[in-house]
Amino acid sequence: MENLTALDPRGPVAEMQMSLIQLSLYIMIFVIVIVFTIYIFVLIRFRERPGDTHIPKQVHGNRALEFIWTTIPILLLLLLAIPNVMDTFTLADTGVPEEGVDEALLDEDEAVEDYLVVQATGHQFWWEFEYPDLGINAGQDLYIPTDTRIVVELEASDVIHSFWIPSLAGKQDNIPGITNDLWFEAPEEGIYAGKCTELCGPSHWLMDFKVVAVDPETFAVWAENMAEPDEELTEPSGEVAVEGREVFENNCIGCHAVGDEGSPTGPNFTNFGERTVIAGFLEYNEDNLHDWIRDPESLKPGNDMPAFDENTISEDEMDSLIEYINDLRVLE
Amino acid sequence: MSNSAASSKSVIWDWITTVDHKKIGILYFLTGLFFFAVAGLEAILMRIQLMFPEMSFLGEQTYNEILTMHGTMMLFFAAMPIFFGFMNFIIPLQIGARDVAFPFLNNLGYWLFLFGGIILNVSWFTGGAPDAGWTAYAPLSSNSPGHGVDFYVMGLQVSGIGTLMSGINFLVTVINMRAPGMSMMRMPLFTWSSFVTSMLILFAFPALTIGLLLLMLDRIFGGAFFDVGLGGNVVIWQHLFWIFGHPEVYILILPAFGIFSEVIPTFAKKRLFGYTAMVFATLIIGFLGFMVWAHHMFTVGMGPVANAVFAVATMAIAVPTGIKIFNWLLTLWGGRIRFTVANLFALAFIPSFVMGGVTGVMLATSAANYQFHDTYFVVAHFHYVIIGGSVFGIFAGVFYWWPKMFGYRLSEAWGKWFFWLFLIGFHLTFFVQHFLGLMGMPRRIASYLDGQDLNDLNFISTMGAFLMGIAFILLVINVFISRKNTTNVNDPWDGRTLEWSIPSPVPHYNFAQTPLVRELDGLWFEKMNGDGRMKAAEPLDEIHMPNGSILPFFIALGLSIASFGVIFTSWIVIIVGLLVTFAAMFIRSIKEDHGYHVPVSEIKADQEVEK
Amino acid sequence: MAQNEAITPQILPPNPEKATLEGRNKYLAFWFFLGGETVLFGSLFGTYLGLRSSTEGGPGPADLFHLDLVFIMTMILLTSSLTSVFAVINMKRGNFKMLLVWMWATVILGLGFLGFEIYEFYEYAHQGLGYGVSAFASSFYTLVGTHGAHVTFGVLWITTLLIRYRKSGITLTNAPKFYTAVLYWHFIDVVWVFIFTVVYLLGVGG
Repeated sequence: MENLTALDPRGPVAEMQMSLIQLSLYIMIFVIVIVFTIYIFVLIRFRERPGDTHIPKQVHGNRALEFIWTTIPILLLLLLAIPNVMDTFTLADTGVPEEGVDEALLDEDEAVEDYLVVQATGHQFWWEFEYPDLGINAGQDLYIPTDTRIVVELEASDVIHSFWIPSLAGKQDNIPGITNDLWFEAPEEGIYAGKCTELCGPSHWLMDFKVVAVDPETFAVWAENMAEPDEELTEPSGEVAVEGREVFENNCIGCHAVGDEGSPTGPNFTNFGERTVIAGFLEYNEDNLHDWIRDPESLKPGNDMPAFDENTISEDEMDSLIEYINDLRVLE
Repeated sequence: MSNSAASSKSVIWDWITTVDHKKIGILYFLTGLFFFAVAGLEAILMRIQLMFPEMSFLGEQTYNEILTMHGTMMLFFAAMPIFFGFMNFIIPLQIGARDVAFPFLNNLGYWLFLFGGIILNVSWFTGGAPDAGWTAYAPLSSNSPGHGVDFYVMGLQVSGIGTLMSGINFLVTVINMRAPGMSMMRMPLFTWSSFVTSMLILFAFPALTIGLLLLMLDRIFGGAFFDVGLGGNVVIWQHLFWIFGHPEVYILILPAFGIFSEVIPTFAKKRLFGYTAMVFATLIIGFLGFMVWAHHMFTVGMGPVANAVFAVATMAIAVPTGIKIFNWLLTLWGGRIRFTVANLFALAFIPSFVMGGVTGVMLATSAANYQFHDTYFVVAHFHYVIIGGSVFGIFAGVFYWWPKMFGYRLSEAWGKWFFWLFLIGFHLTFFVQHFLGLMGMPRRIASYLDGQDLNDLNFISTMGAFLMGIAFILLVINVFISRKNTTNVNDPWDGRTLEWSIPSPVPHYNFAQTPLVRELDGLWFEKMNGDGRMKAAEPLDEIHMPNGSILPFFIALGLSIASFGVIFTSWIVIIVGLLVTFAAMFIRSIKEDHGYHVPVSEIKADQEVEK
Repeated sequence: MAQNEAITPQILPPNPEKATLEGRNKYLAFWFFLGGETVLFGSLFGTYLGLRSSTEGGPGPADLFHLDLVFIMTMILLTSSLTSVFAVINMKRGNFKMLLVWMWATVILGLGFLGFEIYEFYEYAHQGLGYGVSAFASSFYTLVGTHGAHVTFGVLWITTLLIRYRKSGITLTNAPKFYTAVLYWHFIDVVWVFIFTVVYLLGVGG
């Protein structure tokens, strides 16, 4: 499984959060140890023994003790509250100058040199990633360069979703009508699992995405080909794939785009052949792709994709369509 | 009950029309336990679905409906009513009163609660239950197809009115109905915490009322509050919901704190340590409960200032809670601790709740909350505080007050089996969920994919849930097999507070003579310094009691009919329902009923039987 | 029964509404109830303030509101509060007849207010402010309408009391009822003052 757990952070944001979690955990373990020690002592020492009928002394209270167990927790909490407040502000500052602010006026250390803005829009039940500065629209897979600050602007088209990459960054909500942002960095190349964490309908549990971190050079190639796919890349490689393109143009292009051909209603297909999963969760192979196109509803209830039965796309056409889709790649 | 109007009518009529706080308390309690069982069953269905990855036991839509109903039912129709049952039954007894301030409203509150619960559950039979989670975030809830969410809205609205009435009723009862000598600072902690709880109800529920109103207007009457295309703002729902919702969790925990503060001193045979500090800690928790609602919304994008402020405010709640924990420990210190089932639950509460409390502080750490939020870590946290706190409190109260409420003692042997199975099952179910959350398992997912390292812990969690289910069956069996334990029921635990000074079952007028309270733990004071019986504050005289009434039933029935009219948008049904309600209210308003008097002869006869 | 006997001025307790335990309970409970109502209206005000600029091209506050009309409504409601104060003063004096007269005056003023409000809503609807036109429209109608519903309920409640007790004189049973009804009436009056400020003055001016 690619990096999923928040317990093994792979980037500075998740690391910051993990160290805060650890700090809070250590303080809390300290508290637990004290309480449990008193607790166990009391239960053993003051349990009723057979034949014991004495009436215990009726104690009213103890000012000194009450003062101690009021102040010490306050101090412990301050120990946690201060770094938390600092981290909260650090995480809220994407480092991107706001519109209208003259960049020259900003402090040098406030401005971040290298950053990439991505708009992540949550749909029931898939993710759309737009790169406004690069003119790219991608579906499901968020390609990023390593060692670059990624600033994600979060939006939603239907209901509230929440954008979470456990091993890279904690989550923020995608809310209709509101734009939130968060930032993260991935120093290492790799695939990181992302999830929707706000209940958004029946297939909430299948609303996964991938973050694919590649080195900056590879990313440049990817970005160039995504924005303006090379003739070589978009042209189907064989006769079957040419037929497949025809099937695609007759049936799919109303929702899925390849390059700038087609509609952005559904996930963009320009680099579909490079996905590791279909529809966010199905292992990428021809059988699954076939089953998905035939009956998406049974695999991912509540999603918007219509089913294509054999009257619409015959088995032969399906084979060529799959061949064509498999061919849609930008990184080779 | 010679001249009570009820004696000539049937038992059912008596229970429907009763204004006796004890009977209403029992109605709340038993109905709440029934809903608890239903919601518990829903929990087990969910855990079966999550036992293995990619299970197709329930299906996504059904799963979402069950998860919504589990939360809604547990909070509004199980935990709260069970506490209302205790409050109704116990508060007047603890403060030496003969009834609550508004017996009629008390009855009405019960029927509104029951009808609200029925409305909510009818949704199962009319095309599907609500499916947007118990928090019903817009626009998922405002766009949810079918009528499920409409049932949620109307069910909660109807029961919410009843809850608000009960809250006001308890507030006035505590302030105006205390026996002579029962000053505020001599009140038992259960009454105190119920008082603060009622305060929270009063100021929290109206926010929910408005939230539900807006949701109803959007869904049914074409409103645009949550319609982004028309300028609506979906975050308003979250604010309104949590302005209600956060006090709600204290509404659920404070009565449990009260129960523990009764049970622990009784079974340690020691006065509650730091009574004054306990009272003020309760008040502070209640107050802070209104200041921290936005800690449920750290990921909504409120900005770092709001997040930081709400984080620190939330952490502050740990201080009064810590005070309480240490006061309980010091109450046990130097005592003579008896391990009855009631006390076992109280003792198990301390470590369990501390574990839930520390994860609460961890969650309050806003920057780290971005990782915890909406994952199984949160699920683990709130089940630790709700089960480890509220439910343990309920079970402690069940075993502690059962003899007073039903006139027989539950079996301690069966009770201990129940306790240990439930305790182990509880920790087994929820401890592992902390890790599941951090390992990348979001909450409210209908299933999870294989190969994500989530399988083993989910399986363990489900096994724990089965244990809890089996334990609950043992409790039900206990209730039936213990019915012959009718000896030593008046004061079986050597109690300290006033409810143990009167017979079990309690006479319908409670106290033959209003007691005179001379100290905190009034009965214990008399046991140590007097003859072990409460002194009377008045001569034996006839007692004025209110008459029962069928009107509350019709008021609630009318509102329920109107609710169905709203759900299915039928103006005729709405009008008919409201007419029934207003007619019943009108009759109540113009018909004066001054109750009846219990003659001295009857009181004396009861006392003879007692001897 | 003692509670049902009309009180003549000679034996009237100074505060007949709080002379019995039932009366005291009612009095206290009603204050608590108003506390809850405050949160209720507070939530509606918050919602309105959050949405008042979301007119989405539909008519907005500045296009719709006419302060002269609203000023008349405010005056009517304030006067009705005054008449209800006179009623309570007369209740404490034991002057049952004047209690009835002033309460009827309150009811009539309340009806007048409602008449204006219906006219106002009708007028706005004509100018294109349907309930679901914009989030502003929904929040405006809901806030002001909830207040209007409270006024309606108050009118019905007081009318019921006036008819039920038209001949009874002041008793220890009905004194708390009249008193709480007046308390309620003051409360909806205060709410209106906030509506006047937050909705109308801010709407036209800000």
